[in-house]
Order: sequence, then structure tokens, then C-alpha cells
Amino acid sequence: MRERTLLIALMLPAGIVFAAFFLLPLAQLVVIGGSGKLGWAAYAEVFSGTHYLMSFAQTIALSAAVTLFTLAVSGIAGVFLERNRFPGHSVLTAMLTLPLAFPGVVIGFMVIMLAGRQGLIPDITDKLFGERLVFAYSMAGLFMGYVYFSIPRTILTVMAAAEKLDPRLEEAARSLGAGPLRVVRDVMLPALKPAFLAAGAICFATAMGAFGTAFTLATRINVVPMVIYTEFTLQANVAMAAALSFVLGAITWAALAFARSLTGSSVAAAG
Amino acid sequence: MRMRRSIWFWLQLAFTLCVCAFLIVPVVLSMLAGVTQNYFIGLSSGLTTQWVVKVWNDYRAPVLLSMQIAAACLACNLVLGIPAAYVLAKRQNAFTRAIEELLVMPVAVPGIATALALIVTYGSAGGFRTHWTFILVGHVLFTLPFMVRSVLAVMMSIDLTTLEEGARSLGANFVQRFFGVILPNCRAGIVAGALMVVTLSLGEFNMTLLLHTPLTQTLPVGLADTYASLRLEVGSAYTLVFFVIIIPLLIAMQWASNVASRARSV
Repeated sequence: MRERTLLIALMLPAGIVFAAFFLLPLAQLVVIGGSGKLGWAAYAEVFSGTHYLMSFAQTIALSAAVTLFTLAVSGIAGVFLERNRFPGHSVLTAMLTLPLAFPGVVIGFMVIMLAGRQGLIPDITDKLFGERLVFAYSMAGLFMGYVYFSIPRTILTVMAAAEKLDPRLEEAARSLGAGPLRVVRDVMLPALKPAFLAAGAICFATAMGAFGTAFTLATRINVVPMVIYTEFTLQANVAMAAALSFVLGAITWAALAFARSLTGSSVAAAG
Repeated sequence: MRMRRSIWFWLQLAFTLCVCAFLIVPVVLSMLAGVTQNYFIGLSSGLTTQWVVKVWNDYRAPVLLSMQIAAACLACNLVLGIPAAYVLAKRQNAFTRAIEELLVMPVAVPGIATALALIVTYGSAGGFRTHWTFILVGHVLFTLPFMVRSVLAVMMSIDLTTLEEGARSLGANFVQRFFGVILPNCRAGIVAGALMVVTLSLGEFNMTLLLHTPLTQTLPVGLADTYASLRLEVGSAYTLVFFVIIIPLLIAMQWASNVASRARSV
């Protein structure tokens, strides 16, 4: 009984901060979302107003494309790094995970360095074809930036999952006459599927909520976080911004809850 | 045993090196641009420290404020996060799992949504809105799950109950047990969590852009400012300053998580 009191006392500081600065504000956000001139219809407006619906559709399409592309790239590189040891292996792994905590704004700038007006890729296309290919400020630039911050996150998950693959299964498949592509398709991919789904869901949720990259690139593409920012700062439409935030938060939260349900209790039992 | 590498090995290596180049080349380019006289002309225009000096003169305050917030954020995480992780490790039931799930929510919900929620709730509290602690609150919410999870993972892997029983049988009270036995045994998790918290706080932008006021500009907000309005060399020099601060932390983080996972697997 005494121990119970103690445990409650230990949880209390975090609990109070969390309730006061997260749960209460989030509840307030929901209420504010329904308090504009549209009232609760603001939430319906999110799904019926073409402007907002288009923005959600674009953001979801972009995030889904980024997720698929990132999974393919990280899948190949991650399995390769886990399976092979060679000089420079650990440096290569460290470099691939280095941008893990780069903020979105910096990643936007990395895209400018690569594909902006004075970027590397326009320089190369200029030398090769006599034309500067500048795409940093278009959908392609945004895609590039999102892939940039997604790769380090997914590659670690893929490597951890590839570690648990049993090479004997692949050998068995090979000895039965399966070619390399069949081994990948019928043996490795099914075993990696849970990790891919979990990593993909995290990647998708991060891309949906990403803001800094789009902010730096200042594209005309209206990803949802940019729309929220514009509604709040330029239009001073707090209610609409709140409603959009809530719907966006619900989508990303659902994607992550899906990821956690797949990995099961592995987070709690990381031992 | 030395195996001949197949063509597949070299193809995959080439692919992986391309991915690595995609991530690292722009970092190197921006670092170079930050010390180049005129990036449009190229390195032949000469090297200079003038851009870095300009950044330091114009943006010292945001850089220092970010460090202050990161340090305060770490302190809050230690005080709030470690006890919370201890409770979650001691009691594994539906209730504590629900708490864990809740604590992770600020990471799941986009930063801009959390920031907006904080503003609509506390934005009118005059002094608080313009104080740097308003940003701190956001950062603590966002980083707390990383500290809790990192410490919890280590706590779950060591035999907490036996360690505590041993200390208790020797007459140690809770405070002695907590500081003398539990904390030293979770060192790896605390260090890994602390590095993550500091790194994330220094780079946090999604929330901070809405939470900051002109007097409480942080490093990443200043970065966005230079990217939008100043010449490429200045933005690069500022990014260089950021990299000089953040890259050692990221390398230390990789090292710490290796140590922590080795400690867990023993």
C-alpha cells in the first residue's frame, strides 16, 4: 500500500505537466475548432471545402509516395548493410543515420543546395545538357526533402529486422533452385513485412506532419501544415486552423497507433 | 574464409553509396558555401570567415537562447521522465500502458497542432506567452517520450526487483535505493535519452515557429529567417554553426545507443 502511494507520487509531476500543457490544450483546440463563424461545421468544411480537401489529398498522396520510395531505398540499403561486413561499414552506417535529428528547415536548405538556383544538380545538367534543371521549389523538391529525412529513420528499423532474418531459409530456397529475385520476393519480403509496415506508418505520419521543409522551400504546394500556418497567421482564422490541426493530428496518430499495434509489445519489451 | 564477392554485392554497395552521397553531399556543400567568398563563382573566389562572423554578430542571441532552452529542457526531462519511467517499469498493467501511450502522443500529433493548442489555451496569459519558458513547455512535451522510453528500455532489461530487494535488505531506504542503486544502473539509458533530448530541442522548429515571439527567437527559427531573406552564403554559414553544435551530439548519440544496446544484450 505504501509503495503504491510512492509510485503515484513519482508519476505525479509528469502527469500534472502533461495534463496541464497537453491534454487540456488539446481539448481546448477541439472546442476552438467549433467556435468560429462556421461553428462545428468547421469540421465538415475540412472535408467538403475543395481547398482543404485538395490540400489533404495532396499531402496524403505525397506522404504515401515518399513512404513507398523510402521503404524501397532503405530496404535495399538496410538489408545490404546488415548482411555484409566490409572496411568502412560502420562509417557508412553512421553517415546514413546522421541526418536523423536534422530539423525540417535544414533539410529544406539541403534540397536548395542540391536542386536550388545555385544548386549542384542544375550545375551538372548545365554542363551535360546546357540547361539548368532547378526543381527545389516544386513538388519534386518537396518529395526529395521528405525522402531525405525519412531514410535515416527507416534504415535503422530495417537493419534491426534484417538482423532477425534466418539466412538458412534463404539458403534452403536457393538450394531448391530459387533465383535471387524469388528469394527476395518469397522469403525475405514476407519476413520483413511487419517491420516494413511499422516503419512505413511512422514514415507516413512524419511526412504528413512535416512543416519545416515545406516552409523553407516556400512552394506553392499547400501541404496541410502550411495551410494551418497560413490560416492562423495570415487569415487569423484560428477556428479553421484548430479544426485542420485536429483532423491532421487524428490522421497521424491513427497511423502511428497502427504501427504500434503491428510491433505489439516490442517497445515495452526491448530487452 | 574469403569469399569472392558477387556482382550483387557490388551493385548493392554502389546503391548504398549513392544513398549516402545523397544525404552527405548537401551537408558538405552547405558547409563549404558558408566559408566561400562568393558561392556563385565557387571556391576560386577564396575562403572567408566573414559570413560566420556576420552570423555570430547578428544571430548570437537565438543560438544562446536555444542552448538555454535545451539545457532547461534536459533538466525538466530528468526530473519528470526518470521517475515516470521507474513507475512504468515497476507496474506493467493496462493502466500504465495507457499512460505510456498518452505520453507518446505529443510525438504523434504534428508539432504545429500542439503549438496551436498551447497558444489557444495559454496565449492570452500575457507574461507567459512572451517568455522563453513558453517554448520550453512545448519542447518538454515533445522530448519527454524519448527520455522515458530510453530509460524504460534499460530498466526493463536489468533485474530491478532483485537489485532493490538486495539494497532494501541492507537497510537502504527508498531515496538511497533510487539514487544509489537504480540511477547508476540506468546510466546508459539516461545518457542516450539526454543526448536525444538536447539534440531534438536544439533543432525543434515545427512547434517553435508558432510559439516564439520576436524576442524569443531560437536557432532554427533564425535559420528559416536567413534562408528566406539573406544570401546563400549567410544561410550556409548559419547552417555551419548549427552543424558544428549538432553533429558532435549526433555522433555521441550513436555511440551512446550502441553502448546502451550492448548493455541490454548482456
